[in-house]
Amino acid sequence: MIRLLVDIAARHLLARRRQSIVSLLGVVLGVSFFLSISAMMRGSELDIIRRLVDNAPHITIEDDYRNPTLQPVAQSFPEAAIELHHVVPQTETRGIRGYPQILDYLRRTPGLQASAVLSGQALASFAGKDRAIGLNGIVASEYARVSTIRRYMVRGSLDELEVNPSGIVIGDELARLMSLSMGNNLNVASTAGQLRTFKIIGLFHTGRSDIDAGQAFVALKRVQSLLNRPNRINTIVIKLADPDAARAEAARIEQRVRYKTVSWQERSEDLMSALAIRSVIMYAVVGAVLLVAAFGIYNVISTVVLEKQRDIAILRAMGFEARDIERMFLAQGALIGAIGNVFGVGLGCGLMAGLMRIHFRVPGSTDVNYLVIDWSAFQFALAAGVAMLAAMTAAYLPARRAAKVEPVDVLRGGT
Amino acid sequence: MTAEVIRLEHVTRRLQGEVPVTLVDDASLRIDGGECVAISGPSGSGKSSLLYLMGLLDLPTAGRVWLRGADTAGYGEAERSGARLRMIGFVFQSHFLLPEFSACENVMLPMRRLGIHDETTIRARACALLGGLGLEDQCDKRPRQLSGGQSQRVAIARALANDPMLVLADEPTGNLDSVASRNVQRTVLALAHEQGRAVAVVTHDADFAAQADRRIHIVDGRIQP
Repeated sequence: MIRLLVDIAARHLLARRRQSIVSLLGVVLGVSFFLSISAMMRGSELDIIRRLVDNAPHITIEDDYRNPTLQPVAQSFPEAAIELHHVVPQTETRGIRGYPQILDYLRRTPGLQASAVLSGQALASFAGKDRAIGLNGIVASEYARVSTIRRYMVRGSLDELEVNPSGIVIGDELARLMSLSMGNNLNVASTAGQLRTFKIIGLFHTGRSDIDAGQAFVALKRVQSLLNRPNRINTIVIKLADPDAARAEAARIEQRVRYKTVSWQERSEDLMSALAIRSVIMYAVVGAVLLVAAFGIYNVISTVVLEKQRDIAILRAMGFEARDIERMFLAQGALIGAIGNVFGVGLGCGLMAGLMRIHFRVPGSTDVNYLVIDWSAFQFALAAGVAMLAAMTAAYLPARRAAKVEPVDVLRGGT
Repeated sequence: MTAEVIRLEHVTRRLQGEVPVTLVDDASLRIDGGECVAISGPSGSGKSSLLYLMGLLDLPTAGRVWLRGADTAGYGEAERSGARLRMIGFVFQSHFLLPEFSACENVMLPMRRLGIHDETTIRARACALLGGLGLEDQCDKRPRQLSGGQSQRVAIARALANDPMLVLADEPTGNLDSVASRNVQRTVLALAHEQGRAVAVVTHDADFAAQADRRIHIVDGRIQP
C-alpha cells in the first residue's frame, strides 16, 4: 500500500520535473549548510570545552570565602545597623590553612586528584630586561597529575623541579622575549621584597601567549620562601575522572572545607552562556535556510494538489480513502526530504572537509589554528531530521487539503 | 436475472445553503445482477447525483442505499471506500486516466490498492482485461498516446479490475465519435448481459438507452413513473 502511494507520489513529482528539482535543490542546500555550519559550530564548541576541561583544573579551591566572615556583633544582630570604631584588621599570612589535611581528605576521595599551588606575582630580570610574571609554586609530581603542562614541555622536564629546587620552568615565549635559553640564570624578585636566582631547566609551549609569556613554575618551598608565606598555599587544583561531575563535587568540597571551591563550569559560566547563545543564533540562521526550502516543497505540492483534483476524485471513486490521499502527498514531501537529505549530506560532507582545510591564527594564540568539525552521527541525524521535519511539515498542509477534496464536487464540475 | 445488487429506498439528496437545492428526490430503484439500467433525463435533472449515491460517493440526506443486501447507512468513510474498491466500478464521461501511468498501470491501480502485491499476477490480469476490450497492443501506452475510444475502454478495464458486481457509467460515450461510441456501448452492455454484473448507465443517447433492459427517466431529481 505504502509502495503504491510512494509510486504515485514519485510520478507526480517526475511529471513536474523542473519544479521538483528546484525544491529538491532547496533541501540539498539547506541540509548541506545546516550540516556543515552546525558541525563547525558544535566542533568549535566541543573544542573550547575540551580545552577548558583539559587545560585548566576541573575544580579550584581558593584561599577565600564565598561569604565573608562577619564581625561577631554583626552575627549577633543581623537585622541591626551597626557602626564599629577603631577596628584593627587581623594581620595574618594569607593562604589556605591546614592544607595538608585538606589534601589528605581530597586524596581519599575516589576519582579525584589534587595538588597544592602557591601563586603570586614576581618580577623576572635578565640581561637588563624586566618582565612581570606569574610564579606558581608546585610539587611537580603532584601537579603533573592534575595538569596538562607536561604535555606542553618542549625542552627539559617539569619533574626536574623536584631534584633541582633552584630550577624554574618558563614558557618559550617568555624565553624568546627575554632572550633566555636553557641553563640561564634568571633573577626573580617577589612583591615581598625577596630576591632569588633560578636556573632555567625547562621550557613549555601551550600555544596561548598569555601563559607562554607570563607564567613560570618553581618548587613550592622556594615560592613559599620567596613570597614570605611559609607553609602556606593559596590554591588547590583538582582533576576529576568525570569532569561533568565538577559542579556537584565542588559544592560538596566547599561544604566540607569552607574555602571557596569553584568548578570549571562556574568559572566558565559567561563563556558557556555565550556558547549557548551562539548555538541558538546559528540554528536560527541555518534553520531559516531549511524554512525557505520548506516553502519550496509547499509550493510544489500545493501546485500538484491543485492540478490533480480530478486524479484525487477518481482515486477516491476507485476506493482510495481520504487518508490514502493525505499519505500520498505526505509521501511527496518525504521523497523530496529523503532525496534532498542524501545529496545534502554528500554536499555537506564536502563542505565540512573543505572547512577543515582552512587555517588561521587567532588573537592570543601563537599557533596556527584549524576549524574543528564535529563529525559525530548526531550532527548528521540532526540535519537529516530537521530537513525531514521541514519537508513533512511543508507537505502536511497541502496533503490535508487534498484529503478534504470532495470527489463529487470535482466530478460534477469535470464531466 | 439474478440476485439484487443495489437498492435505493426513498433516497433524497438535498444541498443545504441559502437556497436549498434538491438533487435527487425520493428515488427508489433496484438493480439486479445481469441487468443494465439506462438513466436518462435533461441536463441537471440529477442523473449523475443518483449515480454518485449508488456508488457511495455521496451520502443521501434521507432514505437508504442497500448494497448486496447490506444497509450502507451505517458505513463510515473507510467502509464506503472499501465497498467502492471491492464491489463498484466507475466509468465517467472523461476517462480520467492518470496521465503518469501507462494503460496497463492504470488498470493495475485498484488491484494494487486492494493489496494484491504480486506484480506478475496483476499485470497479467490487467493485460487480460485490456485484451478483452481489444487493447492488447496498447498496454504500455500512456493515456496521451491513446484515442478517446481507447482511453474510455481502458477506463472500463480499470473499473472492472477488482471484478465489481456493480458498474456505474456516467455518459461513457458522451465524448466519443459514433464508431468508438458503438464499441463502448457494446462493451458496457456485455458487462451486464455476458458477465452478469449490475450496470447503471447515464446516457443521453437514445439508441444506447434502447438497448438497456430498463430505462429510467429523471426530471428535477424525481424518477418518472
